[in-house]
Amino acid sequence: MHLLEIRNLHAGVDGKEILRGVDLTVEAGEVHAIMGPNGSGKSTLAQVLAGRETFVVSQGQVLYQGQDLLAMSPEDRAVAGLFLAFQYPVEIPGVGNMYFLRTALNAIRRRRGLEELDAMDFLALAKEKLKLVEMDQKFMNRSVNEGFSGGEKKRNEILQMAVVDPKLAILDETDSGLDIDALRIIANGINSQRRSDRAILLITHYQRLLNYVVPDRVHVMAEGRIVRSGNRQLALELEQRGYAWVDPKAEQAAKGAAV
Amino acid sequence: MIDARQHYLARYQSMRQRLENLGSGPLRRLRRSAIERLAEVGFPTSKTEEWRFTQLAPLLAQPFEPALPQPADAAALRQILAGFDGVRLVFVDGRFEASASELGGLPRGVIATNLARCFEDGDGLISQLGQHALFKTSAFTALNTALMEDGAVLHIPGEMAVEEPIQLIFVSSSPRAISNPRNLIVLGAGASATVVESYLGGCREPYFTNVVTEVVLEQGARLEHLRLQQEADHGLHVGLLQVSQGQGSSLSSHAFSLGGSLARTEIRTVLAEEGSSCALNGLYMGRAQQHLDNFTSIDHAASHCTSRELYKGVLDDRSSGVFSGRIRVHPDAQKTDASQTNKNLLLSEEAVVDTKPQLEIFADDVKCTHGAAVGQLDDDAIFYLRSRGMAKEDARRLLTYAFARELVELVPLTALKGRIERLVTAKLPAGAALAEAA
Repeated sequence: MHLLEIRNLHAGVDGKEILRGVDLTVEAGEVHAIMGPNGSGKSTLAQVLAGRETFVVSQGQVLYQGQDLLAMSPEDRAVAGLFLAFQYPVEIPGVGNMYFLRTALNAIRRRRGLEELDAMDFLALAKEKLKLVEMDQKFMNRSVNEGFSGGEKKRNEILQMAVVDPKLAILDETDSGLDIDALRIIANGINSQRRSDRAILLITHYQRLLNYVVPDRVHVMAEGRIVRSGNRQLALELEQRGYAWVDPKAEQAAKGAAV
Repeated sequence: MIDARQHYLARYQSMRQRLENLGSGPLRRLRRSAIERLAEVGFPTSKTEEWRFTQLAPLLAQPFEPALPQPADAAALRQILAGFDGVRLVFVDGRFEASASELGGLPRGVIATNLARCFEDGDGLISQLGQHALFKTSAFTALNTALMEDGAVLHIPGEMAVEEPIQLIFVSSSPRAISNPRNLIVLGAGASATVVESYLGGCREPYFTNVVTEVVLEQGARLEHLRLQQEADHGLHVGLLQVSQGQGSSLSSHAFSLGGSLARTEIRTVLAEEGSSCALNGLYMGRAQQHLDNFTSIDHAASHCTSRELYKGVLDDRSSGVFSGRIRVHPDAQKTDASQTNKNLLLSEEAVVDTKPQLEIFADDVKCTHGAAVGQLDDDAIFYLRSRGMAKEDARRLLTYAFARELVELVPLTALKGRIERLVTAKLPAGAALAEAA
């Protein structure tokens, strides 16, 4: 049984098809990178896997640990060990970050039949995980993502991942908008979370992150499909040749921009 | 369908002898002019501007009878007052209930008593009655003034700081009864106090609470005022807090409107002298078919005064809410600094809210801002929480609490905060219990 198996997945929004037959298999312990130009469907794939109801699946199947993932609610997916680090983490004024994280973790633990953590035990856990992303404890007392810089929001996502301990983590452009120091911190955080019983799906526009987090497999998406798959070399080649290599539309767009 | 005006005029006539024998001559004249005023103007209609968004028919169609004095049901009262402790004046159907009240522990010099007793003793304080809450423009204030028999009377002498909150608790227990509590709170120069008015119902049938509280803040006095409207499901409530503020005085009002089938809360303050300030905070949370109307009026009548106003509404099911905020800056109230914010969260398709800022500015050197917003829970935030393992209804509940809690946080006293937090939490949409904040 594969950890994740996506077969001929079609999905769209408002009648417009964005995913047009995605096939992908991921095994536990692997790190896969999904690259592709803007509008190729990378983030849509991430959102569909996490259960965003905005997108309607019209065709295809997704099996997660052999279960029909698409039949599950977003919260059930989280309980089953799926985690999405958001490209745009949501600000939630009035909900403390610590409270949020503890409530989320305990919701999952309760559903898994585990004992809930009290405030003291949680604080100890949070302190340990904060170190992984070099975050100060003061972030825990602020409202979720409110007033956080771009880099702080992304670190907060990796912190959440470390706390909830998922089996499949999908990181949606967690590297975008980061300066080189923040990128290094994020990459270290991600690497600390690599495990033989956990898969990580890195969705990224740039090759840059992959210098720090070396993937087992690289896939390139264009126009809603995976058009090329390979090893790490594929990402380097892609960086040299540009997305026009895989996506005729990207070539036209680049020419258009040049004119 | 009854004619409410005729109904209450007839009630006054039948009680006239007793009412007009309460207190002294000036009080009798006050009552008479109040009932004459009611006879003249009658109750508001849908055309009355200040009542535009509230249908009074459910209230005016019912012939509520003034509650008769009767011994309180001690067991029922104990049950409804469970959890209240500390200094408190308890009123049942508008009448002081000494057995349930606790007046020990107040500093010497503080007057904490009830109006009926002041009528008997001829206390000088009651010359203030009717000097602040004017019945000329309000039928409900006129009705209260004509029929008032009891209520709380507080006087904090100058320079005295009373730490412990003084609670005024009003319990309605008689079906189809109207009570007209009348409260008077006077803080002398430099005095400070916290007063909590709670309105509770122990009655499964309709009843009507029509309350007026007059407050006088002398120079430099500071009042924290909490108003917890938690009437029973079928209760109807019209309440006025009318404040007159002297030089450099400050008022913090926290008005929570949570109960009742129809409730109107008016908070009116006059910043009558230089350097006075007020902060009016309010939270109204409706569900089922509740209608919660909040009317505030701030008169900047002197220069260098500050007013801050934050009202939030949470409306679920088929409930409706109203926020009307009038700020009037008089011609010589230069250097006025006023701001008003009203935010509303609609949790269902059928819930509605009307929000109406009303700024009347007659001075030129002023800073006045206002903003109003009506919205729904953020889908992105709900999905974010669900993706972290929270059930949909729990996510809605948490986000609703996050919206409302700002008003709970503004309550200064930890002991009261806990109680208010429980009241607010009980009005949130269904879902798992919220964990205690870390």
